[in-house]
Amino acid sequence: MAKEKKSVRLEHISKIYQDPKTKKDFYAVNNAHLEIAPGAFVTLLGPSGCGKTTTLRMIAGFESPDFGEIYLGGEPINALAPNKRDTAMVFQSYALLPHYNVFDNVAYGLKLRKQDRETIKRKVLSILDLVGLSGMEGRMTNQLSGGQQQRVALARALVLEPGVLLFDEPLSNLDAKLRVTMRTEIRRIQQEAGITAVYVTHDQSEAMALSDQIIIMEKGVVAQIGTPQEVYYHPSNEFVADFIGEANFLRGKLAGGGKAEICGHMVEVPPSAGRPAGQDCTLVLRPESAVLADQGQLPCKVILSCFMGSYQNYHVTVGDTLVKITDFNPKSKKIYQVGDNAWVNFSRDDVHVL
Amino acid sequence: MARGQSAALDRKKLMGDPILVCTIVVLIAFLTLFILYPLAILLVDSIYSGNGFTLDIFKRVLAMPNFRTAIGNTMKIGLVVGILSAAVGLLFAYVEVYVRIGRLAGGLFKMVSMLPVVSPPFVLSLSMIMLFGKAGLITRFLLNIYDNSVYGYWGIVIVQTLTFFPVCYMMFKGLLKNIDPSLEEAARDMGASRWKVFTSVTLPLVLPGLGNAFLVTFIESIADFANPMIIGGSYDTMATTIYLQITGAYDKEGAAAMAVVLLCITLAMFAVQKYYLERKTAATLTGKASRARMLIADRSVTIPLKVLCSLAAAFVILMYLCVPIGALFPTWGYKFTPLTFKWFGQVFSRYKGLQAFRDSFVLSLIAAPITALLSMIISYLVVKRKFKSKGFIEAVSMLAMAVPGTVLGVGFIRGYSSGLLHSGSWDLFRDGGALHSVLPNGLLGGIYGSAAILIIVFVVRSLPTGTRSGISALRQIDKSIEESAYDMGADSFKVFMTVTLPLIKDSFLSGLVTAFVRSITAISAIILLVTPQFLLITVQINEFAEKGSYSIACAFATILIIITYGSVLLMNLLMRFFGTSQKIKEDG
Repeated sequence: MAKEKKSVRLEHISKIYQDPKTKKDFYAVNNAHLEIAPGAFVTLLGPSGCGKTTTLRMIAGFESPDFGEIYLGGEPINALAPNKRDTAMVFQSYALLPHYNVFDNVAYGLKLRKQDRETIKRKVLSILDLVGLSGMEGRMTNQLSGGQQQRVALARALVLEPGVLLFDEPLSNLDAKLRVTMRTEIRRIQQEAGITAVYVTHDQSEAMALSDQIIIMEKGVVAQIGTPQEVYYHPSNEFVADFIGEANFLRGKLAGGGKAEICGHMVEVPPSAGRPAGQDCTLVLRPESAVLADQGQLPCKVILSCFMGSYQNYHVTVGDTLVKITDFNPKSKKIYQVGDNAWVNFSRDDVHVL
Repeated sequence: MARGQSAALDRKKLMGDPILVCTIVVLIAFLTLFILYPLAILLVDSIYSGNGFTLDIFKRVLAMPNFRTAIGNTMKIGLVVGILSAAVGLLFAYVEVYVRIGRLAGGLFKMVSMLPVVSPPFVLSLSMIMLFGKAGLITRFLLNIYDNSVYGYWGIVIVQTLTFFPVCYMMFKGLLKNIDPSLEEAARDMGASRWKVFTSVTLPLVLPGLGNAFLVTFIESIADFANPMIIGGSYDTMATTIYLQITGAYDKEGAAAMAVVLLCITLAMFAVQKYYLERKTAATLTGKASRARMLIADRSVTIPLKVLCSLAAAFVILMYLCVPIGALFPTWGYKFTPLTFKWFGQVFSRYKGLQAFRDSFVLSLIAAPITALLSMIISYLVVKRKFKSKGFIEAVSMLAMAVPGTVLGVGFIRGYSSGLLHSGSWDLFRDGGALHSVLPNGLLGGIYGSAAILIIVFVVRSLPTGTRSGISALRQIDKSIEESAYDMGADSFKVFMTVTLPLIKDSFLSGLVTAFVRSITAISAIILLVTPQFLLITVQINEFAEKGSYSIACAFATILIIITYGSVLLMNLLMRFFGTSQKIKEDG
């Protein structure tokens, strides 16, 4: 449907803000360098204050970068005002025009583009159909539920057939159940419309469910870019590992020959090329990748054991380190009690070496 | 840290929006020419004479015994009126917010807060004289006191307090409503008595607001011209002294220097109020009350408070009623029956009433939409846009709030009577020995004495109120609503017309009416600038009151009140039918 899928390229983008209290300048976005392929669904993920929204607003044109150049479909757009950019944004608060009904909200951008009435009507009705709001065009926006308002906001952006669609945490005002439904919807509509999308969120499951690529940001810096699998199984640092899902960090030393020493015990790890034996390392172990057993890799002591239905939740200590373990389908398994001594068991390919 | 290109990029984006750029340029020109320049020229003229810089004029003015007395008088009145108004305002607000009051008392309170808004500034002075003066209805005919004088210090204090306390009352009402009732309930729960709760919880919380209200009233009081003029008698304040210095002593330079002194005082007060107290008030009281407050129903508390406030409110309303009734008596102070409309007839037949009402009405009607639109544009720019000269626009339009009308009037005289920057008296070439000026009237000198300058003064005088209400209305609108329109391809002009203005329609309408009411009841600046070709109602009322023709003054004032009250009613009607934003607020 989009007239042309566009790529987005950020070349060494930095944005400097002033802290209102200390009057000191700081980097809200620091040297972000990335490329988004045409038609891709890319998520900017990170905790609040990591610069993801600032990055999105720079692409939209509401903020101007201090350094670097932004390209949309190969064209530099730094000096263009938001109304002259081929982008359309879905806002966190939906930002529907409260004095217009659904039809007029969706038609607003088309009217500004001086399209004739017949075309506008046809386009609006077909886009409302796509987002599942047929027959609602006469409603005022405050007569709609949150999810419906969200659909109007999406339709309003889609109908302009923008080169890139920008989402600023669009689901954060919805309740948990609706969030899950809406994110599947968004993914479906984006696929059907075949449009490049950049999506900002702090919810990692949303990012996982939606994205072709996830860009994880920390304190203004891009920490990792990769597919959901890449960032989950091969996080580039502890921050990413911790932010995407839950992670246990086991510290030790590389021992060479595909082994590492953790708390005086040798464990097998994936080969880490080019790192000499004796170097400090951190093993990332996902809670669902480990199990408790009578024999295994690392001795531990159970300090919490809690039945959660689908899994048994354990907290154990290995030396001084707290390790969380989720043991799924515990019905037929041995349940360890608080105070028990046990072993943490995992296979070589389930740990990731940092 | 080196700042990068963002400022340059922001500027480029701005420049791509010619309508916005033009608007900003025009606004800056307007504010500079009609607010900043008149004030600057006052200062320059009073320290710079042809031969260089000098403080002689200040020295001369400050040595005048009458001006020194006037400074003392003004400060004394300001102080007392500030304290009294804040106290009475707090009492009323407390009773309304904390005490269960009946519908009757509630109605009285509402009327009291409304009356000063729709009334010309000197109505209370008139009724004060008519009720308590030498031939006063109450003093002479009820109490048989024949030599009571209301003119002077006490007269001004009482009248100003009654005029200004409703402003404080409205301020405190807002503040008290924002106090979370659980704070007070917690104190009660820990064993504090009601009085202790008031002194240890409520009062400290509103203390910055108390200071704020005091200063706002103080500024209003020392800037007030109309009341001291009518009821002051020989008790001169700075505003009246400046006026007399121009109209009586024809000493424009002296008046300019006096105006600078007055301006300095109000500016200092304003700075404290704006940058210290307002911030503190906001800091102690944030957010909304979590739920409704348990009203005090204890009769030993409610009855005295209710009686006290209702009596006070009734008295204020009586004062306002006195004016229309006074216009109906055949001869005030001698003959009270039968009621007659002869004064109203005379207004039109003998005293050119029709022209006065037409002039005032037309000029205000032109000024009101200009003011409303300008203030909405300024609020939009200040709240929603980012650009370099924004600080200037915000500061100057707020500055106008601190400028007493008299000072502005003198500034316009000095600034425009001989053209912009005295350009009318520039000696530009000699022709056969005679000195000629290229510009006989000077740059923009043509507006002096014309309708244009009166309209401009109306606009400047009402602009700060409009801007303030516009800003608070706009702050309540989520920024992303305009951003979304902008993002969909609308330029600033389109955003303003299709999104901003429709959303603040109510505020715009009320700004329109407020500007109209303020303009048609204005006197302090206008009385210095009006020329005989224009008859303005307020100036007429002032003249007749000065002469002692109270019945005619009352007749004029009554018609004026009917006009202003009518326009407020009209506004409410319009809002009910066209105020879409009302509907949005209710549902959303």
